[in-house]
Amino acid sequence: MYDKQVRRRRAVLLALVACCLVLLTAYFGESSGGPLKSIQTGAMEVVAPVQEGANRALKPFRDLFGWFGDTIDAKDERDRLEAERDALRQQVARLQDAERENAELRDMVDYARGSGLDAYAPVAARVYSRSFSSWYETIEINKGSSDGLAKDQPVINGKGLVGKVKTVSDGNAVVMLLSDPEFGVSARAARSGQSGSVLPVAGSPGDLLFDLVPEAKKVKTGDTIVTAGTISDRLPSPFPQGIPIGSVKRIEGEGELDRTIHVDPFADLRELDFVQVLTKPTADLRATAGTP
Amino acid sequence: MTWNATSIGRLFAIGLVGGILQLTTVSQVAVFGVPADLSPLLVATVGLLCGSIAGASFGFGMGLFMDTLLAQTLGVTSLVLLAVGYGAGRLRELRDPAHGLVPVAVGAAATAVAAIGFAVLQFLLGVDAPVSLLLIRQILMTIVLNTLLALPVYLACRRVLAPFLPDDPRRRRRRAYTTGGLSPLSRA
Repeated sequence: MYDKQVRRRRAVLLALVACCLVLLTAYFGESSGGPLKSIQTGAMEVVAPVQEGANRALKPFRDLFGWFGDTIDAKDERDRLEAERDALRQQVARLQDAERENAELRDMVDYARGSGLDAYAPVAARVYSRSFSSWYETIEINKGSSDGLAKDQPVINGKGLVGKVKTVSDGNAVVMLLSDPEFGVSARAARSGQSGSVLPVAGSPGDLLFDLVPEAKKVKTGDTIVTAGTISDRLPSPFPQGIPIGSVKRIEGEGELDRTIHVDPFADLRELDFVQVLTKPTADLRATAGTP
Repeated sequence: MTWNATSIGRLFAIGLVGGILQLTTVSQVAVFGVPADLSPLLVATVGLLCGSIAGASFGFGMGLFMDTLLAQTLGVTSLVLLAVGYGAGRLRELRDPAHGLVPVAVGAAATAVAAIGFAVLQFLLGVDAPVSLLLIRQILMTIVLNTLLALPVYLACRRVLAPFLPDDPRRRRRRAYTTGGLSPLSRA
């Protein structure tokens, strides 16, 4: 009797482990439209309404926890915001002056290119679920291909770039965040114009690297990093140029080759309630998303 | 554990509700910068209450559910949670621990095994990530948070599964002591 129980236990364990290994191998081996991924997308679509309903129903509990955290952090945040307000006042004065000059220059060269995010046909979506692992930084949103969403379209919020669409089904989509290990975007420093790539630091959530910069010395702490858009017609970027990504937080290393530029994203990737998907990210338009 | 359609249905409900709660609420509430992770706690609790086969099967199912809903590589979370459930179940079968804080210790150990196991599997699968201090801090903070949540999760699951469980060791001993020959009152 005891032997039978032991044999049964071991058989179940072996069968489950074998199932896991078969799933892993099959998932890695198949293409993006393979049967397992199709089943996964179908299951997500089935559960999505339940998740969205639960997300709305449980929002008061999340807000309650958020209130405790906000109260604790309020004083520090007030001091920080006061300092930031003073800095922004000066910046606004400088920008107003620059805006006037800019308008004059635009008139001079008859630079009548349209601006504004409306040109990219943004679709607002509610975030109803997010991953909790550092290895897959994704969120799920309640808009899908029936709303015009497609794979690789850029996703933004009021502060800047959030990520891009990873997979999409009829009524919902999974968005890969900036901090996902698989994410990458061509970018440039707004002040110096140095171009490079913004990549996540895997295993360090909230930390991004501005890498592959030809003249990294020209990039300074505090510089704003924006998307570069399409540089070559052969390799069109899915991201329009000029979307704010983040600001240079710190620079490590002295030499040209070992210089590591860390970027702090503008968008708070841990607190996303609504995002916008740019469904027509025509790369030759200039986005004028406001920098924070 | 009494196995019938109702008990299996309750286990299924625990997994479904726990999984959706994790994805829609718990994962969005960050304490000390990290969210808690209910899945290893639920799996360890089921293992501790129902045994190794139930723990391993529940872990496999829970992992598959999470991987599916988060569009992750299928099988990774299942493999990790399967080990957690089986380990917790074997602990119960071999030791039958009766101390009230056992769920807390098991919850902490389950979270550590799940977090480290998941990281190791990701490294083995080729994710090029440095073992940063931030990652270690995040794992430690998740363990601390889950340790705090372990007892409420255990009590909630035990309440749901109570009609199908044998008496727990403490209650069994207390009853033997007060009603049977072990009581000093009975010698008087």
